[in-house]
Amino acid sequence: MADVLTHNQLRIGTRVEVDNLPWVIVDADFVKPGKGQAFTKIRIKNLLDGRVIERTFKSSDTVNKADVVDKEMQFLYSDGEFWHFMEPATYEQAALNKAQVGDSVHWMKEQSTFYVTLWAGKAITVTPPPFVILTITQCEPGERGNTVTGATKPATTETGAVVKVPLFVNEGERVKVDTRTGEYVERAKE
Amino acid sequence: MEKPESDSAARIPAPARAAVSWRPTATVERLRLRAELLARTRAFFAERGVMEVETPMLLPTVPVEKHIHPIPALPEGTHERPRFLHASPEAAMKRLLAAGCGAIYQFARVFRAGEWGRLHNPEFTMLEWYRPGWDDQLLMRETAQLADQLLDCGPATMLSYRELFLEHAGFDPLLIESGQLKKLAAALPAPPAGNPGRDGLLDLFLVQKVEPALQTRGGALIVHGYPPSQAAMARIDPGPPPTARRFELYVHGVELANGYWELTNPVEQEERLNQANRQRVKEGLAPMPMDDKFLTALEAGLPSCAGVALGFDRLVMLAAGAASLSEVMAFDWERA
Repeated sequence: MADVLTHNQLRIGTRVEVDNLPWVIVDADFVKPGKGQAFTKIRIKNLLDGRVIERTFKSSDTVNKADVVDKEMQFLYSDGEFWHFMEPATYEQAALNKAQVGDSVHWMKEQSTFYVTLWAGKAITVTPPPFVILTITQCEPGERGNTVTGATKPATTETGAVVKVPLFVNEGERVKVDTRTGEYVERAKE
Repeated sequence: MEKPESDSAARIPAPARAAVSWRPTATVERLRLRAELLARTRAFFAERGVMEVETPMLLPTVPVEKHIHPIPALPEGTHERPRFLHASPEAAMKRLLAAGCGAIYQFARVFRAGEWGRLHNPEFTMLEWYRPGWDDQLLMRETAQLADQLLDCGPATMLSYRELFLEHAGFDPLLIESGQLKKLAAALPAPPAGNPGRDGLLDLFLVQKVEPALQTRGGALIVHGYPPSQAAMARIDPGPPPTARRFELYVHGVELANGYWELTNPVEQEERLNQANRQRVKEGLAPMPMDDKFLTALEAGLPSCAGVALGFDRLVMLAAGAASLSEVMAFDWERA
């Protein structure tokens, strides 16, 4: 039995089922013309292909919550076609293709934990943790003591992602990166 | 019901209090502007000999209206029957008019369950006034004058509901066949998920097609000649097609005021209240007790009059150049 939401429970971030597909609400707006009915207009983003549409619900309409769960899973390996994940406690496995992995591919370090989104039991997308720690595999040599504010250089990490790092960072060092912005945060403490 | 642990309610622990939002949602500057606009509105009516009145907020019953849900109040520690916070001062002000008080206005704090958004707050300030002997045409002019004095928005353009829809939605809202309307609505930017009915569909076109065009156009606009089903207390012009003697003032695309050439016929008024009550029952709500004092006042004789209600918080919002009601209320619904 699906959870049912009423129009005033439609909030940003809630995942809903519309036209038998899973979506996340990216914007919600209460509208009520004078003497008219109350409506909630939502903008929703498709969890499968990312397209955005709008729908309007009146006060007596209900919306099903999407049958979607996020599972913490470990990234095992990629065979080039699929990216394979496993839930350590249950050994349950999931495989996602390139389109489903999307931009998360930049942060795919083996043994790291990711959030795999399952819709009706099938993996549909993967989200990295907000912060990851990666080793720098290639960059210009560091300038010792150079802490000029804002000055950066590009550095390649072990996952292939290129991150702008401060000038004092060296190859082989581990850095903390914000996966939501792709930005360097700090040198990782051992 | 859960039993309280002790006889006094506990406060949240001191370290968590830093996160408590106790501050006003409006700046002091905007509260000052609000006070100024209140004073200027009072001066506007004083000059015209319109008397300020106050009527009760807590009533044994309130007139039922489609799509407006009053908030009940339960007197604690007494055997009194529940009362309702009024959703509009209309019934009480009409009783004053029937008693021969002449032109009146009121700044009323009114309450409507569930109305919470950028342009809605469940508790808000309504400026409502009545002009005995006037019709909607005269009152439209006065409403536009008040808006122009307070907002400097210039004289209002007059357009009928029909003209607006023909121009911005591409069909005649009074004559379009319901099946055709449903088909057109499916192609709206945000189509309806269910079926909101004929008036609901028209509202969707109003919100998604007409109002955005009015925002672009700016200035003051008076819309008149609404479908009869969209005006609970207005007189009806027989047409054909019939239209309600209802008008709305828009300023910069924001709906600011709603006026009627008031229905004075008690029999028809009672029928409309019954109709709205049947709608409540259909929605699974208890019928509202019939407002006998209001209907008896109408039987005694409500003078022919026009009346209008203006959302004062929205007016302050426009004057302040703010984007939401929260920004011009001391404490909005969530901060209250």
